Amino acid sequence: MNPGDLVTLFDSSLRLSIPLLAACLAGLWSEKSGVVDIGLEGKMLVAAFAAAAAAYAFNSAWIGLLAGIAASVIFALIHGFAAISQRGNQIVSGVAINMLAAGLTAIVGNAWYGQGGRTPPLEGDQRFADVLFGHSVLVYLALLAVPVTWFVLGRTRFGLRLRAVGENPAAVDTAGISVAGLRYTAVVIAGALCGIAGAYLSVGQSAGFLPNMTAGKGFIALAALIFAKWRAWPALGACFLFGLLEAISIRLQGIALPGLGEVPVQAIQALPYLMTVILLAGVIGTAIPPRASGVPYVKER
Amino acid sequence: MSAPIDLPKWADTILVPAVSVVAAFLVAGLVVLGIGENPLTATRLLLQGSLGTGEGLGFTLFYMTDFIFVGLAVAVAYHAGLFNIGGEGQATLAGLGIALVLNNLTFLPGFLLIPLGILGAAAFGAAWAAVPGYLQAKRGSHIVITTIMFNWLASVLIVYLLVNVLRAPQNMNPETPAFPPQSHIPFMHEAFAAFGIEIPSSQLNLTLLLALAAAYGVWLLIYRSRLGYAIRVVGSNPTAAVYAGISPARIIVIAMVLSGALAGGLAVNELMGYQHRLLLEFTSGYGFVGIAVALMGRAHPVGIILASLLFGILYQGGAELAFEQPAITRDMVVVIGGIIILFAGALDGLFRRLVARVMLRPTLAKA
Repeated sequence: MNPGDLVTLFDSSLRLSIPLLAACLAGLWSEKSGVVDIGLEGKMLVAAFAAAAAAYAFNSAWIGLLAGIAASVIFALIHGFAAISQRGNQIVSGVAINMLAAGLTAIVGNAWYGQGGRTPPLEGDQRFADVLFGHSVLVYLALLAVPVTWFVLGRTRFGLRLRAVGENPAAVDTAGISVAGLRYTAVVIAGALCGIAGAYLSVGQSAGFLPNMTAGKGFIALAALIFAKWRAWPALGACFLFGLLEAISIRLQGIALPGLGEVPVQAIQALPYLMTVILLAGVIGTAIPPRASGVPYVKER
Repeated sequence: MSAPIDLPKWADTILVPAVSVVAAFLVAGLVVLGIGENPLTATRLLLQGSLGTGEGLGFTLFYMTDFIFVGLAVAVAYHAGLFNIGGEGQATLAGLGIALVLNNLTFLPGFLLIPLGILGAAAFGAAWAAVPGYLQAKRGSHIVITTIMFNWLASVLIVYLLVNVLRAPQNMNPETPAFPPQSHIPFMHEAFAAFGIEIPSSQLNLTLLLALAAAYGVWLLIYRSRLGYAIRVVGSNPTAAVYAGISPARIIVIAMVLSGALAGGLAVNELMGYQHRLLLEFTSGYGFVGIAVALMGRAHPVGIILASLLFGILYQGGAELAFEQPAITRDMVVVIGGIIILFAGALDGLFRRLVARVMLRPTLAKA
């Protein structure tokens, strides 16, 4: 492997890690505030569809991005309503979000365009052009979200309160700060980040929406979040690692390695899931989620 | 507002789920309107396609069989306070178990091979659920996350095995050779024909009886056995369980093993009853429908059978509907499933409060 190959590999790893990163940070915001979010996948999917549809209709990638964010935030608010206002089961709500997204994007896509759920191919202004080093603005937006997340969550009063609400909501409530308000804010931020992730898939990386194009990325992002132990910079590392694994698995297809022979693609694809299971089992370090995550807040208790 | 709402038991177990399902269908109707079709026509076509003909009814009951198994799987774990969303992965592994047993013991007669295949399905499904169960019980890994990861691991594993190991040499499709004929579970129309009764042919096979037996078995287990009592105690209060001398860790693993074995029933119906070979993605997302079924059926076997029938109608009717009105694809069923999970599961409290407000108004007025 020569240096040129390494640059290409780095490049494709970065490209593949961007949707994971945006979705992973979304999960970070949500779970830090105490709302478990297994609906990252679904929110990305509706965002990808809305972004492609709007970019096609208005001939603008930027309007696509806004539409993607809007669609994802609407789904985030449904989750928020169920999880925060109605104190429903957050896992159940997440499963519902994923199913709704998979079904709705396919059925609406088919009804609008009649191409088996795809949007028409996007071209020109309908896609994000490369702005720097062959990457689009969405890549830099997602990367920028890392220091911003780190700073806001770790170094501001708002961030402190948001983290507190995920650890001990009663204390925050006693201090006269709205638990629901903070959690809704976090959930909406998560929605916006998933919107970026989805828009990147359909109007950045690819040229249009395909049914179920997230293909489990939302769950890899969830794995990365656990792997990063709910911290922003490690999230960047974990997502890049998982992106790198995907890039390697694509490159290694049909190539025999010296001493190893041909490594099955599936072995590399399985790594993110396997590593997460092993990490969660406490074999290599421990991953402890925010204490109040997944627990609805009831004032009187 | 957060005070417990006292509803009569019949309202809690029947009225609240019914109201949320009706609401789910109203929302689904809005979706149909939104894409420019008539919801009433759609409903008529759906019912006609699923219940209107003998053949359609057969297909409806075939899907119902799938949903009973996955619904029971989710329910048993749910009684132990566990959320098993790994039905997809467990059923996939069960399919692997079936293929390994049936294609390696081809010399056995059917009366031995069929039970062994079913046992293989149950064992592999149970094993794939036992690991997350064990990790939850002993290592504190969250069962939801591990079962999600195990779903993906299963799908990656099965692709690898079907492409590289189990595929018949000449076959370009990633699927195993056909199972030996004596291992096929008889179709219902074949079984009836043996008694001289003719019914329309469909995919429906005798696995339906196994599903109904499993539902009865789960009822006996959960509500009439010592183990079932222990499962319910652990589910509602693990601390109390410890004081009662019940080991939550042990019960968690047992509940997950049972849950995984039940999820294996999906593979029995699809593969031994219909496809007669192992192929990719035969689970078709039914594992997630199982969550909707269990939530709608209040994790009670009778409720699960009724909810499974409803989803069977939706899947079969949905297929017919997609044929008649191409704008409404079968994804509509996924949408309805999602809304039902949202309404009957996550927004349960909302609907309970609505029902309570309507029901309790006269008593409040009197007081």
